[in-house]
Amino acid sequence: MFYREAGDFKTSYEADSQTFPIAFDRYRYWFVLAVAFLVIPFVINDYWANALLIPFLIYAIAAIGLNILTGYCGQVSLGTGAFMAVGAYACYKLMTAFPEINILLHILLSGVVTAVVGAAFGLPSLRIKGFYLAVATLAAQFFLVWLFNKVPWFYNNSASGQISAPERFVFDIAVTGPNTKAWAAYLVCLVFVTLSAIVARNLTRGSMGRRWMAIRDMDIAAEIIGVNPLKAKLSAFAVSSFFVGISGALFFAVYLGAVEVGEVFGINKSFLVLFMIIIGGLGSIFGAFAGAAFLVCLPVVLKVIGVDLFGWPPDLVAHFQLVIIGLLIMFFLIKEPHGLAQLWRVAKEKLRLWPFPY
Amino acid sequence: MKLQTLTAVALSTALVSGSALADLVIPDLSYRTGPYAAGGTPFSDGFQDYLKMLNARDGGIGGEEIRILECETGYNTEKGVECYESTKGEGALIYQPLSTGITYQLIPKATADQIPLHTMGYGRTSASNGEVFNWVFNYPANYWDAAGVIVNYLLDENSGDLKDKDIALVYHNSAYGKEPIRTLEALAEIHGFNFKPIAVDHPGQEQKSQWLQIRRERPDYVLMWGWGVMNQVAIQEAANIGFPMENFIGNWWSGAEHDVTPAGAAANGYKSLNMNRIGDLPVFAEIKKHVHEEGNASGDGSNLGTVLYTRGMYAAMLAQEAIAKAQEIHGVADVTPVMVRDGMEALAISADRMTELGMENIGPEFSVSCEDHGGSGLGIVQQWDAGEGKWVALTDYIEPNDDVTGPLIDEDSAAFAKEAGITPGCYAG
Repeated sequence: MFYREAGDFKTSYEADSQTFPIAFDRYRYWFVLAVAFLVIPFVINDYWANALLIPFLIYAIAAIGLNILTGYCGQVSLGTGAFMAVGAYACYKLMTAFPEINILLHILLSGVVTAVVGAAFGLPSLRIKGFYLAVATLAAQFFLVWLFNKVPWFYNNSASGQISAPERFVFDIAVTGPNTKAWAAYLVCLVFVTLSAIVARNLTRGSMGRRWMAIRDMDIAAEIIGVNPLKAKLSAFAVSSFFVGISGALFFAVYLGAVEVGEVFGINKSFLVLFMIIIGGLGSIFGAFAGAAFLVCLPVVLKVIGVDLFGWPPDLVAHFQLVIIGLLIMFFLIKEPHGLAQLWRVAKEKLRLWPFPY
Repeated sequence: MKLQTLTAVALSTALVSGSALADLVIPDLSYRTGPYAAGGTPFSDGFQDYLKMLNARDGGIGGEEIRILECETGYNTEKGVECYESTKGEGALIYQPLSTGITYQLIPKATADQIPLHTMGYGRTSASNGEVFNWVFNYPANYWDAAGVIVNYLLDENSGDLKDKDIALVYHNSAYGKEPIRTLEALAEIHGFNFKPIAVDHPGQEQKSQWLQIRRERPDYVLMWGWGVMNQVAIQEAANIGFPMENFIGNWWSGAEHDVTPAGAAANGYKSLNMNRIGDLPVFAEIKKHVHEEGNASGDGSNLGTVLYTRGMYAAMLAQEAIAKAQEIHGVADVTPVMVRDGMEALAISADRMTELGMENIGPEFSVSCEDHGGSGLGIVQQWDAGEGKWVALTDYIEPNDDVTGPLIDEDSAAFAKEAGITPGCYAG
């Protein structure tokens, strides 16, 4: 009944190759965008913004970034946390050095800085693969965090080594700093998330994405058919790091406001984003959103149910969270190794025939 | 995202139905999980038990019932933000985040939301300049005071001369651990000792290389700014390299029972600071009677009387006094966060009052003013007696170096004021 192509005629190649070729899918997409842009900003409050939506959107950008590298190009990276840190520190240095320039530009520039750093740390990928590459990116993780902790220039010599975001405005509306309204911070993240998803989607289905996927599927064969591994791998590292850098900048400037590199951008963050794309689905933009939603919202939902609804002790609930999330991850990976995105695909197939399956 | 909105709606109804009436809402951002749980649990137990005791015995503060909102942060800043946002809507009167990282996060947020923040012996030291940090209080003492107290104690031990002594600082490589460095550098210049900071990364389970370095360089004294599992590991490593324990001094977050017991007899003689007195206090009997025997103990009730339990209780007492003061100033029992801020700024803790509360000499006498949110900054030095299994106070309250830390505080708070666009001045409503 839903998702049927019947009667949905395409009269041009553009229409045939669009992201959502099925009309129902397209309407749903526009509906979600309309709700996100036109409804949520009016009903959002501090709690929903800071506890759920903003972290969800920011993690979604990070997951999109890592998905390009790992899901599309097949290069495993454990350096996501450090690349987010690069974005955050680049944003901080830019914000404090050029206060008169628009913060949105700074966030984009932080992405560019991270892309350069990411490409540099991607160089080993030309020689080593798989687990060995993961270890090389792990080195990036530890080195960069150490660097930001060690060199006072990065945190402007503050006594505590913390960086904190000064107040910055877009159209005279604060988007960073303590006086930011929930809807403003939400909208900034939403704009970045939407643009990132559109750009990533179009990159991955274009010639660049095809080169990445060729490398992922079999690098020797890809080389034989004329894919330059140097360009393909480094561009994957750069593009991936660009998104991760943007997410790091937003994470610091819009979401947390003050950051301590070891705690916020440690190895745990790298794993968290990696789990997001594994659970969400490797090689899928929707998977990045699904994985981010799963790992950001589930702990909060469990907490609300356990503590506020049932009145259990918070430490018990915190322990249960670990157990339940662990079990759910195992359950999903056993039942559906291709992640939530695959579940979604299967559900769509089923919905096409519903209510009259074979 | 559609799903998200649905859950949002469903959850908000759940939240709204959960909130209650006009009470004195005191959130407890606790951490009973994660690498710092060993310290977070007794502190939170003490904090909650005392407030529960006030509810049971006195019907709250000034006749108004207290509602404790516990929220588990796991010492994690992201969860800390979530906890802050979820509790502030319930009318939270005062926040005590018990984490320097979360404190830094909350300073601008709480200031914008006009909710007072009390960071007792942690957090941002320069917040004691009340003219810049209107909403942040860090009485009775802060880290720079702690550094001063330790150096003064060492001066005393060495008959006033620390020239050419080597003093190393083993610190948690975070905002918390880095706090004392500036003060110690300034003091090193004044007293002529050689100061060497040695960083330990979060969470601090691996410290072999740091202690090898100490073994090689043989400093005269090792100071420690540690928390959680880092303390236990450091004390064990110090024992392993045979470092003389009496020359190893932790700050007040590195001196609880659970920090020293894992090293057993080897920890004997380890010293640490404390900002509150230890030992049996009459108030413990009250807590036992009104809370533990009623079956309302927080946690498993086994922490009663430990160092951090006592400190948590002390924190709760300071909150109680601030709220009582606010009730007195404004003449209403159901106070708002803004009124509590006034109460904190007018707070004066006298010896008589502490005795009256059943906590004789638990802390130093101090009073807060608009300019000075930092209290007196006094601290004691205590030593671990592994045979007896308890901490013994070695000294009376030691003075910090206000003349050294004062200019540093002015400098740092001025930098913050400039960064945040604050014109220093007393809060005027």
